[in-house]
Amino acid sequence: MDKISKELDRGPKLLKDSEDNWRTGMGAWFPGERVVLKGKDIFTELENVSWIEYLLRGITDKNDEELSKLAKLIEGSWRICTSFPDPRLWNNRICALAGTVRSTGNLGIAAGMAVSEATIYGLKPIKGGMDFLFRAKNALKNGSTIEELVKAELKAYRVVPGYGRPVTDKDERIGPLLKFAKAVDANIGEYTNLAFQIEEYFLNSRYKYRMNASAITSSLLADAGLTPEEYYYTAIPCFLAGMIPCYIDSLNHPLGSFFPIPTTRLRSTGSHDVRLWKQHHE
Amino acid sequence: MSEKKNETITTKIWRETPEDDNPFAASACYCAGYDVYGDLLGKITLVEYLWLLFKLEPPTKTETLLLEGLAVALANPGPRDHSVHAAMSAGVGGSTRASALMAAIAVGAGSLGGGREIYTTIQYWQQCGTDIDAWRELLHNPPREERADVWPEMEHSPGFDPNGASCPTPVRQVLAHLAATSNGEILPWLRDHRQALEALADSPLAMSGVAAATLHELKFSPEQAEILFILLRLPGAAVHALEQERTGFNQFPFFGDGLTLTNDPGPV
Repeated sequence: MDKISKELDRGPKLLKDSEDNWRTGMGAWFPGERVVLKGKDIFTELENVSWIEYLLRGITDKNDEELSKLAKLIEGSWRICTSFPDPRLWNNRICALAGTVRSTGNLGIAAGMAVSEATIYGLKPIKGGMDFLFRAKNALKNGSTIEELVKAELKAYRVVPGYGRPVTDKDERIGPLLKFAKAVDANIGEYTNLAFQIEEYFLNSRYKYRMNASAITSSLLADAGLTPEEYYYTAIPCFLAGMIPCYIDSLNHPLGSFFPIPTTRLRSTGSHDVRLWKQHHE
Repeated sequence: MSEKKNETITTKIWRETPEDDNPFAASACYCAGYDVYGDLLGKITLVEYLWLLFKLEPPTKTETLLLEGLAVALANPGPRDHSVHAAMSAGVGGSTRASALMAAIAVGAGSLGGGREIYTTIQYWQQCGTDIDAWRELLHNPPREERADVWPEMEHSPGFDPNGASCPTPVRQVLAHLAATSNGEILPWLRDHRQALEALADSPLAMSGVAAATLHELKFSPEQAEILFILLRLPGAAVHALEQERTGFNQFPFFGDGLTLTNDPGPV
């Protein structure tokens, strides 16, 4: 596709030149006629493409064979790793809360997806996990050891993306994920090997971090040619299939019955003295 | 060659004049004819400006006091409220701060204590006014939507709490304060007929019911009231989300033992 230069003048001239002027090779709808994505007519040139492959086409510029492999890998990893229908999980909880107050499904799920860009789970570790593998590969190439790069990461950021997990250390997804990767003949390349080498280091260290499924998913997808940026965009819908059931289930329960909290369960650590508000504080 | 006419944004609310050196920057912004940065700034309170934005006319003293009172009553629904719970759920996971507000908006939009309830309740007010017989008829025979809608069907009398016991003290305090401030007829009538209405609805008046009555008395349309109600409840969601972000998920209810799977196939 055409690359659009970001190097135009900045300032009012850029805005003036851009007024009523959006040039793009990404895609467009010709009302009542046709739709084009990245130079291909979606009705005639992409008619045999699955929705996941279509999604990936909007994100990456890979060829048909690469896209087909990636699509399989992504679909399986989403089913195994990220679409848990448990309404207690913080992003799913938004959907269940939306259901219990009878908001719309789309509002609840869109907000749940926005919340999925979390630090302890979701899109930050998803992008960060692959980014860490990319940085780790470079560091090793430049002579660092795994021990040095893990310690540097922990010192700087207190976490190593892809290792450790909230609520439980054990990751039940790893076995099924590896089985699935084998079944689809996923490429086990340098990133996947590196992810396991880091796991090996942790197992022989005093650290309690254990590899979680995101390290495997991101390493497999890196070996399949995705960059952290592409992986981030790809993963945006990855929690969706777990969210919709949480909303529907809550909608089918009585109004307001999703984990109601009585006043006795507020543990107030603030002032217990009753203060009186003065009209004008100086 | 004839030049194609530019498409425009049509608005009664806002007018701008351009800076001499840049048509993409305003030299002055007028809201309903008032110069926002040259005149209103420093003179107008936030609540008065909110009123002006919605109504395009300045509020009277009583209108300001009523909206101010309602804004204080709604600003923090407290951490047990569903919308604030949603915002805190974003906070504990370290989600983006905007997503905490999006969660509060999505959940605070619902028909149980949320924006949709305000919208529907004001429609009830428009239909019934201060006629108790009309309220009896409507509460006992609520309208049913024949067509499918994205909104789940209303399952309770709007403005009343289906899970309540008696009308909570803060709801009565807010109603008493606003009815005493009012120079209209809706709020005093609601105060005087609360118990009769509660008997008809078979549930106590909720804060959303007081809010809807206030916004109806202030002549906000159902659409304006719905969106303003959602907006006014966001400050509490914001501060509770920030607080829980600092506290973390370990000190926030996960309800670990609270879920029972009724069709568990068991470990393989």
